[in-house]
Amino acid sequence: MTRYRNWGWAIAALAALAALPALLGGHPMHVLIQVLLFGYLTYCWNILGGFAGQLSFGHALFMAVGAYTSTLLLLNAGVSPWIGMLAGATISAALGLFIGYLSFRYGITGTYFALVTLAFGEIARIVALNTPAIGGALGLYIPIQYNDFWQLKFVNKSQYYYVALGFLVLVLAVTAWLERSVFGHRLVAIRENEAAAQALGINLLRYKLLATALSAFLTALGGTLYAHYVTFIDPHTLLNMNMALEITIYSIVGGIGTLWGPLLGSIFLVPASELIRAALGHSYAGVHLVVYGAVLIGVILFAPDGLMGLVHSIGERRRESKTPTVSAHAKEQSP
Amino acid sequence: MNLDLVLQAIVTGVLLGGVYCLICVGLTLTFGVMKIINFAHGEFLMIAMYGAYFFAQYFHTEAYASVVLVLPGLFLLGVAVFQFLVRPVLAAKPLNQMLLLVGVSLVLQNGALALFSADTRSVQSAIAYAKIEFGEVIIGIPRLIAFAVSVIITLALYWLLRSTELGRRIRAAASDRETAALMGINVNRINLLAFGIGVGCLGIAGPVMMPVFYTVPNIGSFFILIAFVVVVLGGIGNFIGAMIASFVVAIAESVGALFMPGSTAPVLPFLLFILVLLFKPEGLFGTRSG
Repeated sequence: MTRYRNWGWAIAALAALAALPALLGGHPMHVLIQVLLFGYLTYCWNILGGFAGQLSFGHALFMAVGAYTSTLLLLNAGVSPWIGMLAGATISAALGLFIGYLSFRYGITGTYFALVTLAFGEIARIVALNTPAIGGALGLYIPIQYNDFWQLKFVNKSQYYYVALGFLVLVLAVTAWLERSVFGHRLVAIRENEAAAQALGINLLRYKLLATALSAFLTALGGTLYAHYVTFIDPHTLLNMNMALEITIYSIVGGIGTLWGPLLGSIFLVPASELIRAALGHSYAGVHLVVYGAVLIGVILFAPDGLMGLVHSIGERRRESKTPTVSAHAKEQSP
Repeated sequence: MNLDLVLQAIVTGVLLGGVYCLICVGLTLTFGVMKIINFAHGEFLMIAMYGAYFFAQYFHTEAYASVVLVLPGLFLLGVAVFQFLVRPVLAAKPLNQMLLLVGVSLVLQNGALALFSADTRSVQSAIAYAKIEFGEVIIGIPRLIAFAVSVIITLALYWLLRSTELGRRIRAAASDRETAALMGINVNRINLLAFGIGVGCLGIAGPVMMPVFYTVPNIGSFFILIAFVVVVLGGIGNFIGAMIASFVVAIAESVGALFMPGSTAPVLPFLLFILVLLFKPEGLFGTRSG
């Protein structure tokens, strides 16, 4: 019963989301697309950082690989971004496997893995800045004059909205699958206790690599979408450490390793940053990051499981108050 | 290749290494004692540099004089950040500890951007442009001072850790928190002091760097990645290792600039870092523990 009711809710929510563009104007639409896009990227990060527990500060690199590959293929050879994004995602997954293999093969995890990903991101930034063939410091423009779905070019924002929504539904499905599948459970086992997971016969290296490759693949797809939405890519904005950090923050604030946490995090924080930017104007660029930093500190100190953790504890309290006798009884019974 | 150029690059590298070392000794101390990477270390440096800048502007002195105010200020700032933010998460997951300090870094860096704007600020002084010339090789006096101070601080910290009662306690707390506590060491107090000293070192670094570099709100991000590289290469918690690693990294960068295309030489420290993490994760000069 509950299962069908959940599906009913999901369909109703989707219908509401599909109707939104008809109701909203230009700027709210832009904010909404950002929420979907960064929500998508947060889910991708969450596969490696949340489920497998391997903290990456280098996801901007995977995003950049997707953005640059499809854009260069489009500009130089006229290849459709839909094909370009698959090419970029494949390269990104290979790069993820390379970085992951180097690190996990030698038992580099936790803090050190975070530093390795940072180092790769920094190398990529310096190389990209010094390579004129991919635009160098000037970056690359994607010209858009007309609607063309096959070229991922839209004059109207609402079409980007539907594409981003489609991406989000895809990654939500992947995350829901992770929550239920043996593969996902094994990743969580590795996150919770590597030694125990290994003792149970889980091949640590293989599962960490699969998680890295999947995360890098999907992140690169988002990179292509990002490039076509903002129509301009350069190393300063794309290979910026803040780009990778923001995705991490959405995930932590929403609830790391959960199904709805990444979406909650981006729903709260992306519009917040847009509001701050709109209120304070360009002279205070970066002020939204003060708020992000403060929220991050607050969450880690007072609600380490994020917003989803709060939702769960409220839910549990409700359930307890509904059936007080049973839980009180059970507590008395337990030794 | 001109020999003078190579010689100049080596000298520049050694002097730059002194600057890296100034920043890294404090970082390796907190990393070594608490196993926490202080992601806000670069922002504490930024605060120290702004402190030195405003002191020099206000009192019309050389930036070096500001150390009387900036050093105690940074120590107290470190103590406060530890007491109110780091201590509550000492038992939490490493990921959360790291992200807490990322949060502190974001607040400080972007708060400074709002307060001071993105304008670059530098102090004008007689000493800033003083230099010694050996034939074709030029040595800037402020960089030489930074180099000398970094060597002195490193040796002082090494002595503190090796030969004093406080150092003995810090080392005990670093190697085994629980056993140290059982031996009657107030680990909490030791951590507090170590964090204060680690951040306090920047109270010397800021004033010493101010005549050489300009400061901007994100000055920390230019140095922090290199600082992580140096700390890991030197072996975590190893001051002498960090000093040598500072020189290795800086010389690689400055000599590499002669040979590498464009301005790609800055990738060298990171390549070195990745190679070392892969093949000798305990650092160039560390011994494997655990």
